[in-house]
Amino acid sequence: MHIIENGNTAAALGVKLCRASVIAAYPITPQTPLTEKLSEYVERGDMKAEYIPVESEHSALAVCIAASSAGARVFTATSANGLLYMHEQVQWASGARLPIVMCVVNRAVGAPWNIWNDQQDSISQRDTGWIQIYCADHQQIIDAVIKAYWIAEKVSIPIMVCYDGYILSHTFMPFDLPDQKTVDAFLPPFKPDYALRPEEPANLNTVTLPDVRLDVRGELAHSYMEIRYLLQEELRTTLDVAADAEKRFAEIFGRQSDPFIESYRCDDADCVALGLGSLTYQLRVSVDALRKEGIKVGVMGLRFYRPFPDEAIAGALKGKKSVVVFEKALSYGYEGALTSDLKSALYEHLAGTGTLPSIQNFIAGIGGRDIRTDDLTKMFRAATHGRVSKEPLWIGLKL
Amino acid sequence: MGTRNYRRKTSHSEHGPGDGGRTGSWRVERPVLDQSLCIPCKRNKEACFICWLFCPEIVISRTIPPRVDLEYCKGCGICAEECPTKAITMVDEAKFSEEDKE
Repeated sequence: MHIIENGNTAAALGVKLCRASVIAAYPITPQTPLTEKLSEYVERGDMKAEYIPVESEHSALAVCIAASSAGARVFTATSANGLLYMHEQVQWASGARLPIVMCVVNRAVGAPWNIWNDQQDSISQRDTGWIQIYCADHQQIIDAVIKAYWIAEKVSIPIMVCYDGYILSHTFMPFDLPDQKTVDAFLPPFKPDYALRPEEPANLNTVTLPDVRLDVRGELAHSYMEIRYLLQEELRTTLDVAADAEKRFAEIFGRQSDPFIESYRCDDADCVALGLGSLTYQLRVSVDALRKEGIKVGVMGLRFYRPFPDEAIAGALKGKKSVVVFEKALSYGYEGALTSDLKSALYEHLAGTGTLPSIQNFIAGIGGRDIRTDDLTKMFRAATHGRVSKEPLWIGLKL
Repeated sequence: MGTRNYRRKTSHSEHGPGDGGRTGSWRVERPVLDQSLCIPCKRNKEACFICWLFCPEIVISRTIPPRVDLEYCKGCGICAEECPTKAITMVDEAKFSEEDKE
């Protein structure tokens, strides 16, 4: 059934269809309507779930960690400083290998206070061992939530489903709302490998010594290093699991897309723009404008940022003359994090082949600064022949 | 042999001694029981067991007399502190090392 709703509602409907049984969240703009919607579903009895109000984001994720450890399918959501306040528990959730799904409604982080959209919040959580998915429209939001539970539960690694604050969270758009039967066919009930039970008391994620040790049963148990290695190893194999999820989703829902990269007019393009989230859809307008001028350009939206699909990206960009990376966040002191990751992937897969494209980094929309399509087109055009600046250029800066 | 086939992906411990390794090697003082002062020993009845109750490492048995598992006792001295009849004394471990040598 096609409906017209806002992005936060798309996420909430996805969570409801996935039958999450414990929800704990603390409201923060622009995530608030998402959690309000979920509390409505629970209050009305449309959703059989515990909605646990908490006093902070740190507690919200702590509740999810506890509930997930006991075998519940859990959900939380946050934005910006809420996510930063969670940071300790964010690391804990991945180290504890809990398949938590969390929506991050992207917003600028303070200081100074700013409630508008950029992606500094989730990008700054890049190295926490979570899977990160970025959405470009409402269909992708609801679909990503559904796929996220399947992937997370397959690999026992938590997932952030990220979408742009206001631009997606508060705008209305038509999307297909799947029925419960279809979602149930895709996503079986959560059966954890291990769940804490009162009959079998245990300490979870207990202190590890620098070296491995024998456990109470006399078996050689992992230490910190082995546990962290397994997280890294299984994050890398999550790329295969994500491809399986996409295949399974297509079979059951009849909607198919590339699991990692959403390409627009890239096949014969010499120059390709790359980005995360809704900005890549705005860039399609620039692509169309530049194509009219006879400039062969295209745009790629990256759907998975962690684990980083390096091989897919390098494969997709092989033979391109230039890549222009538009980012709504940066690794302060250097450049956009995606730009650095892209350079690393290209070096790994294309170095020595003589096909390394030039790379230009643009920073846009920081703190919700309006991104004018004309400006995007102008900057994109300027970079089609190669790099114009070593340092990232800030679009729309009024300094 | 590594931990590749260990049954979990995380750190996990169950109720039982030895979960933190052979922690008895950390001990610098050893609890020694004077049975003439110990309530269950004196009465030959299940009684008191404050030492068993308070031991954070669960290495004191609920038996007559209470026994300390020295493989895992860290020598924290909580049992000696809590014993209502002062039946437990913490004795310098060096003294026992001398005995072991003999």
